[in-house]
Amino acid sequence: MTLQFLVDGLMAGALIGLGAIGVTLTYSILGFANFAHGEFITFGAYATLLIASAIGAFVAGSDQSIGPLSITWAVIAASVAAIGVTGAMALALDFVLFRRLRGKSAAISLVLASFGASMAIRASLEFAFTSRPTYFARDLQIATPIGLGLKVTPDQIALLIATAVVLMATHALMTRTQVGRAMRAVAENPSLARVAGVNVDETIRVVWLLGAALACVSGVMLGLLVQIRPLMGFDLLLPLFAAAILGGIGSVPGAFLGALIIGLGEAATVQFAGAQWRAAVAFVVLIAVLIVRPSGLFGRSG
Amino acid sequence: MIGPLLSVENLVAGYEPGLPIVNGASIHAGKGEIVAVLGPNGAGKSTLLKAIAGLTPVSGGRVKLGERDITRLPAHEMIEAGLAFAPQTENVFVSMSVDDNLKLAAGPLPRLLRIERIAAMYGAFPDLERQKSLIAGRLSGGQRQMLAIARAMLVQPDVLMLDEPSAGLSPKFVEIVFSKLAAIRQTGVTIVIVEQNARAALALADRVYVLVQGRNRHEGRARDLLDDPVIAALYFGGVETEAEAP
Repeated sequence: MTLQFLVDGLMAGALIGLGAIGVTLTYSILGFANFAHGEFITFGAYATLLIASAIGAFVAGSDQSIGPLSITWAVIAASVAAIGVTGAMALALDFVLFRRLRGKSAAISLVLASFGASMAIRASLEFAFTSRPTYFARDLQIATPIGLGLKVTPDQIALLIATAVVLMATHALMTRTQVGRAMRAVAENPSLARVAGVNVDETIRVVWLLGAALACVSGVMLGLLVQIRPLMGFDLLLPLFAAAILGGIGSVPGAFLGALIIGLGEAATVQFAGAQWRAAVAFVVLIAVLIVRPSGLFGRSG
Repeated sequence: MIGPLLSVENLVAGYEPGLPIVNGASIHAGKGEIVAVLGPNGAGKSTLLKAIAGLTPVSGGRVKLGERDITRLPAHEMIEAGLAFAPQTENVFVSMSVDDNLKLAAGPLPRLLRIERIAAMYGAFPDLERQKSLIAGRLSGGQRQMLAIARAMLVQPDVLMLDEPSAGLSPKFVEIVFSKLAAIRQTGVTIVIVEQNARAALALADRVYVLVQGRNRHEGRARDLLDDPVIAALYFGGVETEAEAP
């Protein structure tokens, strides 16, 4: 028996985790399930692809791979710029759509609005880039044995390290900064947050920016490891929500741990039961959590 | 009273348009004064405080803090204007530590001042310092009230408003909370307090407003109101028949 599913599961968990953090923050602070979050992932990947192509065309040598990685400096620079572009798109979406409904309509109106936004963004991306998959790089990477029958590619190692850094930075932001405290305060009690001097509207904008930034990073990672296509984010939606709910809505570490559990579960299922069962894992986890512990691993019950 | 610091004139406020809960109430509080707002359940006392604090929509009247008109000022800007509010329930962030509750409230201050003020609050409320890492949801009712007062006082407001600070507390903690409020008044802070425990409020307050159906029904010095047998019977002795009120 090979334990390769551990590496594949960790990678899948990292991808899902970065997206699930955005979902859990939006859900807890804005009070609705944002079905357009998967499209933030897709948008981030395409924005990075577009900017990286422009950088590659104008800056000589920027499209060369870094060492053993398939990642180029152009992709790294483009992903930084794309984080800003994806954040701007999320803010624009909030401005033209969600802000008008917030506080005036039931949560279901916001959910349905996000569903509409999801379809609109997905269709626009498909119209602009076609449904044909594309790639950041077409170099074939050789996986290196690391013992116990496990093999990892240099890209996988680099992206796991990047995920750990992003995760620690996000955790520090949430727990050690005034912005993070404000987000937690608004999630728990918006009225009291106002009384405590927190500008709730400003905090909501930060939530959109943070969620979109993490979604963009997730999209770039998915594009580097697999491929870029208009449905890439939408296909992640169920695992994203399952991870957020498993971890406990509002908990950043919980969302990531939930994502790792789902990622490992998916990889193990693919290896031991067959790829056709992969999509069922998130669904089963979601149902099990809602029955056994609806508040999730780190959520507050009641 | 020498010129009111907080001046509320004919305030009309409520959650639904056309259905005011506060219906023309007026209160005034001078510097360093403790003013109690009393009245039967549903009189609009809590809504009055929320409207002053910017949490409930105001459809008429005016709120002034010193010379500044703060009517309809967003709630999060009230702190900088000099007005702090401790709500009745859910007055601390229960999922955050005691320390994070205070750090959040100190957010608008410069970093060094923030550290200094939090240290000062721990000095004033040593019980909180001992539990600074504890999640606020695990504090007792009295400790939560202390944290709510400490949070509100961090920014050294000119006016502190409290909604039923004695609610759900044991007599011992009521005494502690009210003695803290008396000490806060000594620093020159104006206190506006809404209380169901009318006798305790009257013992603490300088002046009292009695609200009925969102309007002023009585006002006067606390001692005078307590000595008035009709008022005492109607509002402070357990008899609350609005139709009988003079």
